Amino acid sequence: MTVARALALGIAALILGSALLLAQRAETWALAPADLGALRFTLTQAGLSAAISALLAVPLARALHRRRFAGRGALISLMAAPFALPFVVAVLGLLTIFGRSGPVNMILAALGLPAFSIYGLHGVVMANVFFNLPLATRILLHGWQGIPAERFRLAQSLSMPPAAQFRHLELPMLLAQLPGIALVVFLVCLTSFAISLTLGGGPKASTLELSIYQALRFDFDLGRAALLASLQFVLCALVTLAAMRVSLPAGFGAGLDLRGAAPAPKGWRRGLDIVWILLAAAYLLAPLLAALIKGVPGLSDLPPGTLPALARSVAVALGSALLCACTALVLALAAARGPARGVELAAMLPLSASGLVLGAGLFIAIRPFAPPETLALPITLLVNALLALPFLFRLLLPPARQIHQDYSRLTDSLGLSPTTRLRRITLPLLARPLFYGAGLAAALSMGDLGVITLFAGSQGATLPLLVQQLIGAYRIEQAAAVALILVTASFTLFTLLDRLGNRHADP
Amino acid sequence: MLTLEALRLTQDDFTLTADWSAPEGAHLALIGPSGAGKTSLLMAIAGFFTPSAGRILWQGRDLADLTPGERPVTILFQDQNLFPHLTIAQNLILGLSPDMKVTDPIRAKVEAALERVGLGGMGARKPAQLSGGQQGRAALARALLRARPMLLLDEPFAALGPGLRAEMLDLLGEVADETGALVILVSHEPRDAQRFAVHTSVVADGLASALVPTAELFANPPKALSGYLG
Repeated sequence: MTVARALALGIAALILGSALLLAQRAETWALAPADLGALRFTLTQAGLSAAISALLAVPLARALHRRRFAGRGALISLMAAPFALPFVVAVLGLLTIFGRSGPVNMILAALGLPAFSIYGLHGVVMANVFFNLPLATRILLHGWQGIPAERFRLAQSLSMPPAAQFRHLELPMLLAQLPGIALVVFLVCLTSFAISLTLGGGPKASTLELSIYQALRFDFDLGRAALLASLQFVLCALVTLAAMRVSLPAGFGAGLDLRGAAPAPKGWRRGLDIVWILLAAAYLLAPLLAALIKGVPGLSDLPPGTLPALARSVAVALGSALLCACTALVLALAAARGPARGVELAAMLPLSASGLVLGAGLFIAIRPFAPPETLALPITLLVNALLALPFLFRLLLPPARQIHQDYSRLTDSLGLSPTTRLRRITLPLLARPLFYGAGLAAALSMGDLGVITLFAGSQGATLPLLVQQLIGAYRIEQAAAVALILVTASFTLFTLLDRLGNRHADP
Repeated sequence: MLTLEALRLTQDDFTLTADWSAPEGAHLALIGPSGAGKTSLLMAIAGFFTPSAGRILWQGRDLADLTPGERPVTILFQDQNLFPHLTIAQNLILGLSPDMKVTDPIRAKVEAALERVGLGGMGARKPAQLSGGQQGRAALARALLRARPMLLLDEPFAALGPGLRAEMLDLLGEVADETGALVILVSHEPRDAQRFAVHTSVVADGLASALVPTAELFANPPKALSGYLG
């Protein structure tokens, strides 16, 4: 308990300390017009992304729930992937499809229609939807699977028309789930950085997160960066608080449960479902495949510095995964033993911070003592571990509680020592979610493009930063090649860690 | 001798009092309606429930300061008596060596105990590969190895059919006789008490009654019991 308490205090000190330091460094509390613009743009893109993702998820999840087709399982599994997909890779894929020389604009030009530009608010929203529609769909699918099949059978035996079935069975579930889903997506999009860095930009399409970066890196205006970061922190903290009041849905749960096939109406409803599924699959798959295929030719002409960047990315990802998994384990075990409000709060606290907020705070904190670029990798590692902590904690807490409930009396009555208990009982029983979570943390860290942009010098880039720099220099083919390496490395790390968990866990 | 000295258990609006002793090696049953506190009394003796008043003594020594693992007690729960990720042999080794160090004598003792309960050669299996009755036997084998002077059982065979139950009770009797343990069996099934226990305490209406010979109890049930028996 003492270790867990110390960790919880450390996390709280790090996050709240950063926030306080930022608030203290902000020279004025008056927002300039550009800052207000950034605030407005942040809220607009997050609001639109949340609304569109949540609304599109309804017909899509419904279609996936009631239709059975070849590749259904693969499509649902694929929908878990964007969560851990590097932002730059998705952006690159969207650029390949919707960019100036992409297939969409070629078709438009052939039809004599005006060209479509992916840059700006709609591009940012499109990228956000690409990331969050799958998340929202999986949560809703879980909700649909949670409606007992008996109720559908009862409705059918009472000859309820589809509209009445929807009103009595599906609508209550949707009303319960949608606010939470929208808030989660809203929170994720509030901290949108990599997407607006590449697809937004300019004074009209800057998020707060992007403005912090610009104030620090280009204007070197610490006071303004501190003000923007304070604003961002308050915003995220408020939304996190709101989200905690609405019961948050768990994003990982949806399985392939086949029990009691749902009624699948024929006719035009069937056609519509097929259209939804095809459109969604195309929207998710096409950019991904395009980016990966585009990367293959460039593999023979990699920019210098790719391999060192790969080594740095892997090292940071593994370190961050280790730190995050150990912290989440200690906190989850403490919270599983009994009520530990402080520990739970500390584990969820990073949700109210963003990469750039923590980055700006740490930047200001260490600058008097050391040149920031010398600490770029350790700070990236630390911040990535912190940001992944809430997800891992939520992943580990239920099984940790279950183990405590099932076996704590038995271990007590056998008089097992704390070490034996941890090594022979708790760790083997928790190995699967623990290693899965570590894999997730590694993938998240591997693809993260946030705090590293504040700290990296001209040397010392990670893979996502290298991709972003190449996109910025319009060397798209090389960017795609490095992105391909990034995705492969990230996926390999995740798979290796996940397999390791399966090997250590006993059936 | 086990002594419950003016013992009082309290939780929310539930209370249970008990004030009696039982000699070494006795075979006892606690019977009564569910929710009356049979399990709570067992948990208090095992060290999982702190009494609000009174003492629990073994051979005149107060058990209050001992952790569950230090008490002269082996307990079998309703379920979850075996760790699912360990083999049967490893589950038994935990009874002899809580840090799971394995020596040749320990290995030999484990194999002998498995043999004794009819599970010879099954040490390498996982609990999920055994039937419910076999899992109960494995738990009894561990009790045999631990050989603590008290053996507490909280409806451990509740999920088994009547034939298997009787078989397990007979095996329990043999294990208890070999280790000389004082056995306390919690059951809601009067036939279990009649088959196994020489003395019985009726737990009802906030009181764990003094021990009475089981045969006498059922021949002439007191009011608390006759209501339960129906």
